[in-house]
Amino acid sequence: MSLLELDGIMKHFGPVQVLLGVDLKVEAGEVVALVGDNGAGKSTLMKIITGIHKPDGGTIHFDGADISGHSPGEIRERGIEMIYQDLALARMQDVASNIFLGREPTKRLLGTPIRMLDRARIEQEAEAMIRKLGARVPSVRHPVGKLSGGQQQSVAIARALTFNPKLVIMDEPTAALAVREVEHVLDLIRELKRQKIAVILISHRLTDVFAVCDRVVALRQGRVVSDEPITQTSMNAVVAHIVGAA
Amino acid sequence: MAANEPSTAATVPQSGFRADRFSVRLESLLVLVVLIVALSFLSPYFLSVSNFLNILLATSVIGVLGFGATFVIAAAGIDLSLGSVLALSGVVGALSVNALNLPWPAAIVTCLAVGAFCGLINGLLNAKAGIPAFIVTLGMLGVARGLGLVFTNGQPVYGMPDPIVFLGQGRPFGVPMPVFIFIGVAIVAHFVLAFTRFGKYALVIGDNETAARAMGIRVERHRVALYMVSGTLAGLAGLIFLARVNSGDPTAGLNYELTAITAAILGGSNLFGGRASVLGTLIGALVMGVLQNGLNLLAVSSFYQQMAIGAVLVLAVWLDQVNRARGQR
Ligand SMILES: Nc1ncnc2c1ncn2[C@@H]1O[C@H](COP(=O)(O)OP(=O)(O)OP(=O)(O)O)[C@@H](O)[C@H]1O
Ligand SMILES: [Mg+2]
Repeated sequence: MSLLELDGIMKHFGPVQVLLGVDLKVEAGEVVALVGDNGAGKSTLMKIITGIHKPDGGTIHFDGADISGHSPGEIRERGIEMIYQDLALARMQDVASNIFLGREPTKRLLGTPIRMLDRARIEQEAEAMIRKLGARVPSVRHPVGKLSGGQQQSVAIARALTFNPKLVIMDEPTAALAVREVEHVLDLIRELKRQKIAVILISHRLTDVFAVCDRVVALRQGRVVSDEPITQTSMNAVVAHIVGAA
Repeated sequence: MAANEPSTAATVPQSGFRADRFSVRLESLLVLVVLIVALSFLSPYFLSVSNFLNILLATSVIGVLGFGATFVIAAAGIDLSLGSVLALSGVVGALSVNALNLPWPAAIVTCLAVGAFCGLINGLLNAKAGIPAFIVTLGMLGVARGLGLVFTNGQPVYGMPDPIVFLGQGRPFGVPMPVFIFIGVAIVAHFVLAFTRFGKYALVIGDNETAARAMGIRVERHRVALYMVSGTLAGLAGLIFLARVNSGDPTAGLNYELTAITAAILGGSNLFGGRASVLGTLIGALVMGVLQNGLNLLAVSSFYQQMAIGAVLVLAVWLDQVNRARGQR
């Protein structure tokens, strides 16, 4: 059984049919590119995996368990992290708080059973993570809303990698990054692969896709129109799948 | 991304105090200090321990309501029913000992329970049924006030047992009991909002609800809990009011919700969520309390007091925006 298995996923928003039965498999340590035109339904499909949207039909299995209909918290707990296209950061909170959002370590208040946030640990570990990623952030106490777009993206990436995920979904993780930072992210994906962590990469930059991915899946009009190993396809072929000119 | 450039990596600054973490509007603290200094010169009666205790006593009910407002505002909500819930809680609390002849602790329990229940209804209608908070709590403002009047025929319920009266009028060590309650609640509420997951999640929901949901925070459940906090605090304010005047008054706390919200905003909470501080609300409430007290001592008509508070509110928010625009924060 694969690490992730989507079976016949369907989703509509009001009268708009976005996904019309999507099947997708991802193995441990595999890097899969998900490509498609704007509005093809890529983000919607990923948000169904992470529990933000409930599918109208179909099932999701992860790591041998049926996770269809589970809450976003439970799904994170099982080891799926996502870097959202809009980053999903709390702009008024600082970098450290954002990295630990939803998973804050706590400690006892003066030995009582009352639990309070362990700020020291949150800051230390957030800082360690930022350092490990070589991200350029002035301070972990800096409010995220005052960082540049690229720095915010680094924070979102750091958050996704802090809790030992088994699958990391990246929705346009390099959109706001400079050339050198893009290279960093690609290196990072290769490193995840070495650690047997699966990655789904959504990107419009086919050069990135061809640089790091094992497989490329194209989504068009709510369906998977192609699913090919990267070695057996070409950029032109992928573009043709995306626009439907095959 | 290798750790090849430690110099550019994040560092934790050594400074211990960070005003931004308390989210206190420093302008308000400044206004408070200036007011205290100015009034000390203007009135010979202002600067004394007993007068300060008076101010704290007069601020206690609004302050406790303001803390409730702060929790809801943190999550970008609003509770317009605070004043009405205060009255309903007080009335039911009074009736529980007065009409139902229950022992005195029942008054305390019912005040808090009625408040919590009103908050629960607010929360469920807002978070689960999806009705905007403004509408839900505006509805509760009417319903709770009306219920209080119905239960009492519009007449105050007089005569509380001694222990309850003590809560409002007792003065251990010369300090009025409501002041103890007020300060105690301030400490607990500040701790919860600033130092626990519960408070952090309230702020995150107010900041970016979608992100909160994506990170696994149970947004609806948390909203309901926040309205229950503000309802319970309104119930507590109702208890203090009841104990102070020795009667459950269905007309108590009229328009108090607006004053409570003013205290929160004055103290630095963002009406649109994401930033809120109990300590700030305490300062905001004190600014209003000091202003009122000072103007009373100077024999200024109460008509002008309302104007002064309105002006201070707009001024503090304006100063804050000027500061933000300059990028000083
Ligand atoms: N919450 C929503 N409510 C209503 N419609 C939505 C919602 N989210 C997405 N859609 C619609 O679903 C379709 C697919 O959107 P989606 O964001 O999944 O596309 P995408 O493939 O990620 O596009 P892009 O490359 O631009 O990010 C679009 O037509 C969009 O308008
Ligand atoms: Mg998208």
